[in-house]
Amino acid sequence: MRSPFPSRRSLILCSACSALPAQAAAAQPARPRIVASFSILADMARELAPEGAEVSALVGPDADAHVFEPSPADGRRLAQADLVLVNGLGFEGWIDRLVRVSGTRGELIVASDGVQPRRAGPAADPHAWQDLALARRYVANLSAAFARRWPAQQEEIARRQADYLSRIDRLDRQVRDRLATVPRAQRRVITSHDAFAYFGAAYGVDFMAPQAWTTHSEPTAAAVARLVRQIRAGGVRAVFIENISDRRLVERIAREGGARVGGTLYSDALSKPGGPADTYLKLFEHNARALADALASPP
Amino acid sequence: MNDWVDPFVEFAFMRRALVATLALSLGSAPIGCILVLRRMSLVGDAMAHAVLPGAAAGFVLAGLSLPAMSLGGFVAALLVALAAGFVTRSTPQREDASFAAFYLIALALGVLLVSLRGSQIDLMHMLFGSVLAVDDAALLQIAGVASLTLFMLAAFYRPMVLESFDPGFLRSVGGPGASVHMLLLVLLVGNLVSAFQALGTLMAVGLMMLPAAAARFWVAGLPGMAALAAGIGSACGAAGLLLSYRTDLPSGPCIVLSCGAVYILSVLFGRRDGMLWRLLRPARHLAG
Repeated sequence: MRSPFPSRRSLILCSACSALPAQAAAAQPARPRIVASFSILADMARELAPEGAEVSALVGPDADAHVFEPSPADGRRLAQADLVLVNGLGFEGWIDRLVRVSGTRGELIVASDGVQPRRAGPAADPHAWQDLALARRYVANLSAAFARRWPAQQEEIARRQADYLSRIDRLDRQVRDRLATVPRAQRRVITSHDAFAYFGAAYGVDFMAPQAWTTHSEPTAAAVARLVRQIRAGGVRAVFIENISDRRLVERIAREGGARVGGTLYSDALSKPGGPADTYLKLFEHNARALADALASPP
Repeated sequence: MNDWVDPFVEFAFMRRALVATLALSLGSAPIGCILVLRRMSLVGDAMAHAVLPGAAAGFVLAGLSLPAMSLGGFVAALLVALAAGFVTRSTPQREDASFAAFYLIALALGVLLVSLRGSQIDLMHMLFGSVLAVDDAALLQIAGVASLTLFMLAAFYRPMVLESFDPGFLRSVGGPGASVHMLLLVLLVGNLVSAFQALGTLMAVGLMMLPAAAARFWVAGLPGMAALAAGIGSACGAAGLLLSYRTDLPSGPCIVLSCGAVYILSVLFGRRDGMLWRLLRPARHLAG
């Protein structure tokens, strides 16, 4: 979703950043400073960056990158960053302008470089981190950038990269094992998220969007009937719909179609620290478990 | 023909919605008729607003729990009714003014309580529930309240009718005037609370008052009027659901607007005092 107030946003940006480059030049940061565009990328950077690096995210946990409003503090952090990490593939529509006006000296690293993007309509689908194999690509890109920027710590970075990759590979096997308990034909899910095409392709799950569901404040009988029919016709086993605020209605729709109501899926942001998905690997494991649990048993 | 039946055959949520509106109509139509005849039509509306602070208090104490919110709403609305009744009896102020005063206080209190808790949206969805999401608990509650209402009306029919039309006479023959009035208010609040989770507070009053007001243009006696009102409510429930199904419009307003259409038609063409008949046969009314 684009902000309805482009003029206000640019105003904030200009006022925040006009005076900043001079300041940043004066105060040479002692520690490596890395700014990532969103929380998942920041978590990967924390796993890979050399000891003592300061990693921050512009769009924090539980926040939506699509409606991000940069604050003056974001402009300052960008201006002082050594590296700026972005997902690319059009995920951060706002980042180019923000980086340009912040006058940052940091290099812009596109984490998804080299990923063969899936299409989502006319544009690329940016949610490539929802496939652990593609996350390896992210890790390689970030590690290479860190090693280039801090050559003295190359060995440490390589060690951390190897460790992280082994954990990613282990999780990848776990996810496949977990989903393997459900026959392929039964792995059919309706979700209001549009972020799981990579996951579906990698792990063999069919994700469908709820058909023609608009978020009226009051549901209509026709819309409910459409959704029930879609669940029945598609052989859908689990429903992950979070934009219907009446929980009872989701239950009713799922039960009537013969599907289960699944838990929460995390797509674009980590949960708050202490939550069920406060790191990238925990997020992935949580999603896989939620999917396998909902698909496993008949309602 | 099949166009009318198919949605209900294919979808259980449509059948549940239909049964819920049928039960609601059966229970609340007679109550609505008594209110219309007693010139207390707006009391239903006042009570619906008075439910809010109780439901909000139940929500603040117990979270999104249907029993807690129903009980809270029931108690709050009864308190408003009691307070209004007390002021009416002990001061010269008329009933309408005291009801208005107390329901406005309750409404403001409710809005205050709702805003104290962060997630207003959940509560609002609870208060303006959907007839499409009627679960077993809600269905049982609606059917139970409707049955109890009909039973109580049957048991206390004579004193209730007497109290409605000639409270002085009832008191003079030693009848239980105040307690019968109280029973009516209890039944009214009970029906509204059971309806608010299916149709939402505001829609619930629509299904209660509109069929009753429409029936008045066709039938004279209370039993006939109540039966007709229940019939109108049931038919409009089915029609509204089908309308919502065919046209992709929200179901709650569809049901109440169907009742509204019947009301307007009754005002125009009703056999008893309908506008058209008054135009056609002014002589009878001059003579009467």
